[in-house]
Amino acid sequence: MEEKTISNSRRCYKQWLCFMVLFMSFSVIYVDAVWPMPQMISSSMARYTLNPREFIFQYSSGSSAQPGCSLLDSAFERYFPLIFTDYRHNEWFRFPFTVVVHVERAECEGYPDADSSESYKLSVCSGQAALRAETVWGALRGLESFSQLVYQDDFGEYFVNETEIEDFPRFQFRGILLDTSRHYLPLHAILKTLDAMSYNKFNVFHWHIVDDPSFPYQSSTFPDLSSKGAFHPSTHVYTQIDVKRVIAHARLRGIRVLAEFDSPGHTQSWGKGQPGLLTPCYKGTVPSGTFGPVNPANSSSYKFMTHLFKEVTSVFPDSYVHLGGDEVDFTCWKSNPDVRGFMLKMGFGTDYTKLESYYMENMVNITKGLNKTAIVWQDVSCGPYLSLSVVEVWKGGCYLCEVRRVTKAGLRVVLASPWYLDQPGPTHDWARYYTVWPLAFKGTEQQKKLVIGGEVCMWGEYVDATNLSPRLWPRASAAGERLWSDEKMTSSVIDAFPRLVDFRCRLLRRGIQAEPLFVGHCRHEYQGI
Amino acid sequence: MIATLKFTTLLLAVVVCRATQDYGYKDVEEPTLGDSQYGSLWPLPQKVQMSTVAFKLSGVSFQIVDAKESSSGASCSLLQNAYRRYDEYIFPISRMQGQNKKKAFASVSELQVWITSADSECDNYPSVTSDESCECPGMMFVFLVGALSLETFSQLVYEDEYGAKSINRTEIQDFPRFTHRGLLLDSSRHFLPIKVILANLEAMAWNKFNVFHWHIVDDPSFPYMSRTFPQLSQQGAYHPYTHVYTPSDVKMIIEFARLRGIRVVSEFDTPGHTQSWGKGQKDLLTPCYSGASPSGSFGPVNPILNTTYDFMAMFFKEVSTVFPDAYIHLGGDEVDFSCWKSNPDIQKFMAQQGFGTDYSKLESFYIQRLLDIVTTTNKGYMIWQEVIDNGVKLKADTLIHVWKGNQQQYQAEMARVTASGYQALLSTPWYLNRISYGQDWQAAYKADPQDFNGTDAQKKLVVGGEACLWGEYVDATNLTPRLWPRASAVGERLWSDKDVKDTNDAYSRLIQHRCRMVQRGIPAEPLFTGYCAHEYKGV
Repeated sequence: MEEKTISNSRRCYKQWLCFMVLFMSFSVIYVDAVWPMPQMISSSMARYTLNPREFIFQYSSGSSAQPGCSLLDSAFERYFPLIFTDYRHNEWFRFPFTVVVHVERAECEGYPDADSSESYKLSVCSGQAALRAETVWGALRGLESFSQLVYQDDFGEYFVNETEIEDFPRFQFRGILLDTSRHYLPLHAILKTLDAMSYNKFNVFHWHIVDDPSFPYQSSTFPDLSSKGAFHPSTHVYTQIDVKRVIAHARLRGIRVLAEFDSPGHTQSWGKGQPGLLTPCYKGTVPSGTFGPVNPANSSSYKFMTHLFKEVTSVFPDSYVHLGGDEVDFTCWKSNPDVRGFMLKMGFGTDYTKLESYYMENMVNITKGLNKTAIVWQDVSCGPYLSLSVVEVWKGGCYLCEVRRVTKAGLRVVLASPWYLDQPGPTHDWARYYTVWPLAFKGTEQQKKLVIGGEVCMWGEYVDATNLSPRLWPRASAAGERLWSDEKMTSSVIDAFPRLVDFRCRLLRRGIQAEPLFVGHCRHEYQGI
Repeated sequence: MIATLKFTTLLLAVVVCRATQDYGYKDVEEPTLGDSQYGSLWPLPQKVQMSTVAFKLSGVSFQIVDAKESSSGASCSLLQNAYRRYDEYIFPISRMQGQNKKKAFASVSELQVWITSADSECDNYPSVTSDESCECPGMMFVFLVGALSLETFSQLVYEDEYGAKSINRTEIQDFPRFTHRGLLLDSSRHFLPIKVILANLEAMAWNKFNVFHWHIVDDPSFPYMSRTFPQLSQQGAYHPYTHVYTPSDVKMIIEFARLRGIRVVSEFDTPGHTQSWGKGQKDLLTPCYSGASPSGSFGPVNPILNTTYDFMAMFFKEVSTVFPDAYIHLGGDEVDFSCWKSNPDIQKFMAQQGFGTDYSKLESFYIQRLLDIVTTTNKGYMIWQEVIDNGVKLKADTLIHVWKGNQQQYQAEMARVTASGYQALLSTPWYLNRISYGQDWQAAYKADPQDFNGTDAQKKLVVGGEACLWGEYVDATNLTPRLWPRASAVGERLWSDKDVKDTNDAYSRLIQHRCRMVQRGIPAEPLFTGYCAHEYKGV
C-alpha cells in the first residue's frame, strides 16, 4: 500500500498548477471519478489512506455554519456510510483524515430555492480535505463530490487522491418529474429517487402529483378531492405528513419540491370530489354525463382554485408552482351551451384558445397574488400575463425552435423534450440523453441566459414502483451531467461511457437499482429482485 | 433416458363442490371478479365452469390435505412444500388464532389433493405428470388432482368486500397445450445472483412455465463452476468467487425448480460464443491469424484438435450428471467463420477433409462429433436453428430451437424444420429483452407456434416455445419487471387452448394476475395506468 503524505501546502499549490497542465492533455485519466463532471478538476497520483475510525467531518472555525446546523450535521451522518460502504477498520495505521467544511452563509433551516448558490471548492491536500462553499447547498454538492473521490483497492482499503475541484452548476434548474397520478408511487419509492437525485446533483423534484387517473394529494381544505378522486382513499394517498416528509427529505439533499397541479385539462380525477368544477359535456342539447376540462365560465372555479392554491403554496415552500396548462381538449367546451354563451359574452368568437388563455391568465394571477412564480407547459406560452413566468418546453420535433421562440418573447425556459425517459429503450440509448445541446439555437446571450435548465420526465402510464428505478437510472444520470457540467468538457460519449459505467456501479453500491449500460459486471451486484 | 420420458398429457382438475349445509349464504350475483367471466385465472384453463355460488375459506380451519385415495402422502415433501407455499399465498397475513366458530355461511374447509397416477413421483424430476379423475362426494371440500393445479386453485380465491377469502363453485379440467413452456435467462452477459433466479422460478410456476432454459455461459463470462475444470470459472467468470455458480448453487436451483414442477435445461453453447471458455482452457479456441502470424485474439472452439473433443467429452459428462434433465442445449448459433478462415492449420485441415472453402462443413464436422459425444451421455439435445440450416445431420428426436427472422421467416423455418421430421421450439416472437413503448405484451400474446403452413403431423412436432431474456442490457436491477407480466402473455399462449386469443378478456385477467404477482412479492411492471390494492413494497 502506497502512502504519501504531503504536508507542504506550497507543494500542493505547485502541483495544482502542474495538474492544470496535465489536465489539458490527460483529462480522462485524472477526472473520471466524479459524476457529473465538475467544472474544474485536477488530481494527482498522490493519495491518502482513509481509516473510518480516524475520519471526521469538521466545521472550520470561520464557517458561519457550526455544529448544530441540522442540514450539514445530517449530511455528515449520511455521507459517512456512503464513503465507507463496508465498514472495516485497520488497526495498524492511524492516519487521521479530516474534511473541513467552511460555509459563508448558513441557511441551515432554510429551503433551497431558485437563486440558491450551489458552487463549492474542494481541495484534498496536506492530509485533509477543505470544502468551501458560499451556502450549505454548495457544501452538500461538495460532500457528494468528495464521497465520489474515495475508492477502495482490492484489499478493501479506502483512498482519496490529492484533488482540486472548483465547481458550480451550468444550469440552475435540474429537475426530475415523477408522475404519481397514473400510478401511485409509495413514499419510499419517492424518497429513494430523491436519494439518487442528490448523487446526480439534481436539485428539483417536479411532483406531477395529480392528473386525470387519480388525485392522491390529500388536501386539508378539500378532503373530498382525494377521498373520492384517489385510487383508494387511504392506501393510495399522500397525507399532509407524507408531503412534509418528502419536502424535508428533499431539503436535506438540497432539492426543491415543485408541485404541479395541472389544469384546466388533465383534471378528470378532480371532478369526483369537487362537483361543478369540470365542464359538463353535451350531446346535442343534453348533458352526456361525461366531463371535460375545468369549467372556465364559472366564477366558482376560480374561487375553488384560489383556495386550493392558497393551501398548496403554503404546504410547498418553493417559490415556484407548476400550473400545467397542457393538452386542453376543446371539444367538451364547444359542446357546452353555457361555455358558448360565455365565449359570446367575452367576445372570444369561436377561438377557444382565447378561452384557454383567459383561464390561464386567471390562474397566473392567482399565483402572483400568492407571491409565487408560475411555471407552465409550452402549450400556454403566449400572452403578456405570463411576463414573469417560466415555460417548460416538452413537445418533440424542433424543440430548440420552441426554446428560441419562447426566449425571444423574454420568458424563461425549462427544457424537457429530449428527456422523456418513460420511453423505455435499451440503455445504450443513454447517449441520446447525453448528446443534447440545450443552447444550440440562434439567439442573443440574453436569450441563452433565459434557459434556466432542464428536466427529466418519467410519466407514469407504464411506470410504477416495480420498474421506476431501473428505467430512470442511469439514463437520467446522462441528463444530470448535461445540466450540471461544462458542455465542452463533456461533449464526448466515448469519454463519458466508462465513467458512467463506474458511476452506475456506485449507484448500485448505494442501493439504487440502476440498470446496466451494457455487458459487464459490478463488484457488488444488486441484491434485490 | 429418453426412452423413459413419457410426455403424457397433463390433466388437472379442480372441482369446488357444492356445500351440503347451504343455509345462510346468499347467492351473490357476480362477486368482485372483474370484467372477465374467468376472474383472474392465468393462464386460462382448458375447461372452466364457474358459477356465482360463493363459499368462504376460513382463515382458522382451511387446510390443504392429501385425499385418502391419493397415491402421495405426507412423505411426499414436494407436495407438502407446495401446500405450505400455497397456504401462504391464499392467506398472506398470518392465520387468525382461535376457535372455529359456528359458521353462518357455506365454507370450504379443505382442499384435497389427489394424485391419481400409481406412482406419485414425488422424488423424481418433472417430465411426467398425472392423470386426472374426480368425484364429488358432496362434502365441503375441494378436490384437486395434480399438483400444478394448486396454482389454479389459489387463483380462484378472492377477497369479498369484507376481506373474507372466498371461492366460487367452479369446475376445471386442465392440461397444457404444449409440453415445453420455457423461459431463457442469460447469466453470462450479466451475472444473475441466485436470489433473482429463484424469484423468477417462483414466478414461472405461477405462470405454469415448466422449463428454465439456463443460458449459463457465453462470450463475456463463464460463471458455471465446473468440478472437472475449475479453472474455467476461476479464469473465465467476472469474479472467481462472487460471480460464480458453485455446484451447490446449481443444485439448489435445480431442487427449487423441481419443487415447482420446472425442468432445468442447461445450455453450453459451442463452438461460437465461447470467448470466456478460452481463458481457463488453453488451446480450446482457434487462434486467429493476421497475415502469417497469430493476432493474439481467438475465435470459436478449435474443431481440428483431438484435445478439443477430449475436453468436450469430459465436460459434458460432468454437465450431464449435474443437470438431471433429459435434455441439454448445445447452442450452435452464430458461428463466425472469419477466424477459422485466417488460421493456416484450419485451412490445411479443410483441404485434407475435402471441405473446399465451405466452412459450414467444418461447423457440421464439429457439431457432428459433439453430438456423438453428448449421445453417449444418454441425453437428448436441443440446438439453435443454424445447425440445421447448415445441414448438420441430427438424431431424429433433436429439438430445433427457432429464433431468427421476422414472422414470415420464422413461420417458414417452423414449416421447414417440422417437414424434416424434427421437433421444433419457437422463440423468435418472444425475445422479451426487446422493449418498446406501450403494451407490447399483446404482440407476444398473438404469436402462435403452430401458425405456419404445414400438415397436422408437422404441427404435432411443435413441442412449444420459450420466452428469451438476453442479458446485454439486463441484470438483477431490471430483469424481473422487464420479464413480468410480459412473459405471462407467452405463458398463456403455450398453456391455454389455441382459441384463447381474446385480448380484451386477456387484458382484464392479466391486470389482476399482475397485481397478484406484485402482492406475492414479484415486481411485475404495470400494463397501463391504474393501481393494485397492494402496491409493490420493494425498492
